[in-house]
Amino acid sequence: MEYKNVSSNPHIRDHMSTGKIMLVVILALLPTTAYGVFHFGIKALLIVLLSVLSSILFEWLFCKLIKKESTIRDNSCVVTGLLLALNLPVSVPWWIPIIGSFFAIVIVKMIFGGLGKNFMNPALGARCFLVISFPKLMTDFAYDAFSGATPLAQLKSGSMSVKITDMIIGNTAGTIGETSMLAIVVGACIMIMLGVIDLYVSGTYILSFAVFILAFAGRGFDMPYLCAHLAGGGLMLGAFFMATDYVTRPVSKKGQIIYGIFLGFMTAIFRIFSPSAEGVSFAIIIGNLLVPVIERFTVPTPFGVVKNSNRKGGK
Amino acid sequence: MGRLTFKGGIHPYDGKELSKDKPIKDMPAGELMYYPLGQHIGAPAEPVVAKGDKVLEGQMIAKAAGLMSSPIYSSVSGVVLGMEKRLTVTGTMADCIVIQNDFEYNQAPPIIDKKFEEMSRQEIIDTIGLAGIVGMGGAGFPTHVKLSPKEPDKIQYVIVNCAECEPYLTSDYRKMLEEPEKLVKGLMIEVSLFPGATGVLAIEDNKPDCIKLLTDLTRDLPNICVRALKTKYPQGSERHLIYAVTKRKLNSKMLPSDVGCIVNNVDTVIAINNAVMEGKPLYERIITVTGDGVKKPCNYRVRTGTLYSHIVENCGGLKGSPEKIISGGPMMGFALYDLDVPVTKSSSALLCMKKDEVKAARQTACINCGRCGEACPSGLLPGWLEDAANHGDSERFIALGGLECVECGSCSYVCPAKKQLCQSIKSMRKVELANMKKKAK
Repeated sequence: MEYKNVSSNPHIRDHMSTGKIMLVVILALLPTTAYGVFHFGIKALLIVLLSVLSSILFEWLFCKLIKKESTIRDNSCVVTGLLLALNLPVSVPWWIPIIGSFFAIVIVKMIFGGLGKNFMNPALGARCFLVISFPKLMTDFAYDAFSGATPLAQLKSGSMSVKITDMIIGNTAGTIGETSMLAIVVGACIMIMLGVIDLYVSGTYILSFAVFILAFAGRGFDMPYLCAHLAGGGLMLGAFFMATDYVTRPVSKKGQIIYGIFLGFMTAIFRIFSPSAEGVSFAIIIGNLLVPVIERFTVPTPFGVVKNSNRKGGK
Repeated sequence: MGRLTFKGGIHPYDGKELSKDKPIKDMPAGELMYYPLGQHIGAPAEPVVAKGDKVLEGQMIAKAAGLMSSPIYSSVSGVVLGMEKRLTVTGTMADCIVIQNDFEYNQAPPIIDKKFEEMSRQEIIDTIGLAGIVGMGGAGFPTHVKLSPKEPDKIQYVIVNCAECEPYLTSDYRKMLEEPEKLVKGLMIEVSLFPGATGVLAIEDNKPDCIKLLTDLTRDLPNICVRALKTKYPQGSERHLIYAVTKRKLNSKMLPSDVGCIVNNVDTVIAINNAVMEGKPLYERIITVTGDGVKKPCNYRVRTGTLYSHIVENCGGLKGSPEKIISGGPMMGFALYDLDVPVTKSSSALLCMKKDEVKAARQTACINCGRCGEACPSGLLPGWLEDAANHGDSERFIALGGLECVECGSCSYVCPAKKQLCQSIKSMRKVELANMKKKAK
């Protein structure tokens, strides 16, 4: 006789899959990428392609090497490659994206067990590695005829000459993907509407950042200054695309709020008190490392259970 | 008033349009009928017939073995062929009484000779126990035990679970539309057992016709009301239904009566009416035959003991060869590999799926997206529980509240990595609950 399939309940599954989530993220990154290419020229496209393709290649090679089924079909390596490229200045030599991809995919992600096991965001990990190893190359924002000082660097030196509207549209110096706040917010809206991210992390991050900037900068309620900080640098890209990385943010809502506030605090500290103008990447990386601690103290209380103080759990 | 609900839950495709407009039809009985002795939670019933005995429709063939048990009645008249070990819905082998149907349907006398008005409180509960009534929503908890809480005076709500949140099922819906008077009468009988209680018919708002019909019917009854619930799975989960209606929370260690509630399923309440008003024991129920693998989805009145294979032969046929056949709904039902299993008191549907989504799903790594936690009606983090379960880490499993899981399957449904979350957690819970029992002894 013919036997039917058996499995434990439930017998139906939602259509959403890991691969589809990553596709949504890629889709959401397209406006930013497109603007970067439009703004910085064809070389930006080249860097994006190099970075994405080498990310895919490194993941495929690594799986081959350890004799595991290839995981490139979950599309996460494309997201990593794309994010990495968007975090590079357009002036970098061709081998920078390749080294970056190698570090992101192999060192940060695959060695720790692949997607889901990485303790920090691979693209950001690679960016920080590159900034530390090749500081000159990574902070050279010259393009076309512009001198290359980013709005944040100008802000820091006290001679801000860029218009806020230019910063919102993205007509400034910076990395390929960070300049246009508008394109990033369009992408974020795509992700929110398709249910891929919510505002627990990004919302608290941006809000608390604004609060801390106002509190620490010693400028009182200086609206233009605040707007420049919000629209300038990698804040928007970081808040919507990197801080929200599922793998490296806390899973509970309470944890996400704490994480968001921490990121806002750290970013403000870096931007105001450190010698460099930017602080988003390092703030998120440090936040990533703190996630296990945050998760330990934010285990949700089950329905109907009276809270007890003797809680154990965490990752 | 806003729609009542709870936090979490999912909105799967509900498939109810396939069968919701199909009136209940009688399913002819098969030649051989099989009655498993354990159709309920508690001790299996003890046979009271022997091989060769003649039985009538509605005659007791196995009696309750103790308080936490329930008798079993023959659903046809005929001859007892003996006992047989047979595969049951849950995949285990169990003792079944086999009866050859003589197709004459000679009725046994009613199980009681008193009128409802003349019965005392205890007599009503005894009648319900004698009629073999158990929770017909799936769990099969003996109803007379449920109706005998320690402190009957403290019961404030008798809730009828008319949510039918499980996708595809329409048997409760049809019953509400076709026998609303019996439902209301059954609820009145239940409410009469508890002096301080209000009867609540809790209906999901995807059944506005039922809400209207029952509201009209109960308009003049002071202690019975209808409440609309938000349509969401698992709205019909006992704990979450109680929360939606009363805002009282209970955990896995508590019984509904601890917060002054008693919850029964639609079919169960109608069975109570049939037993107390007509003296008719429980030996038939409504089964929805549906899914994209069935040619003519419909709702049938089926005699317990009928084989699923017999239903398939008599329901108008299947479309090709469905990959998966499920007893019950897609979220909580049992997949059948063999259709020669008998319908019991708590079977609710026969669902045939052309494609098995579970088989088609490719498992990937957990990316910590947190969708499982958002869907979990019990506020747990199924992803972590699964991790603890797979490592056999019982301390962490319990610390994370694994025992509070209601096994609704919402986490597995939403997981984009297609992990078998609910399945791992269920296995671990079974082990933990067994260990706790052992320790208690």
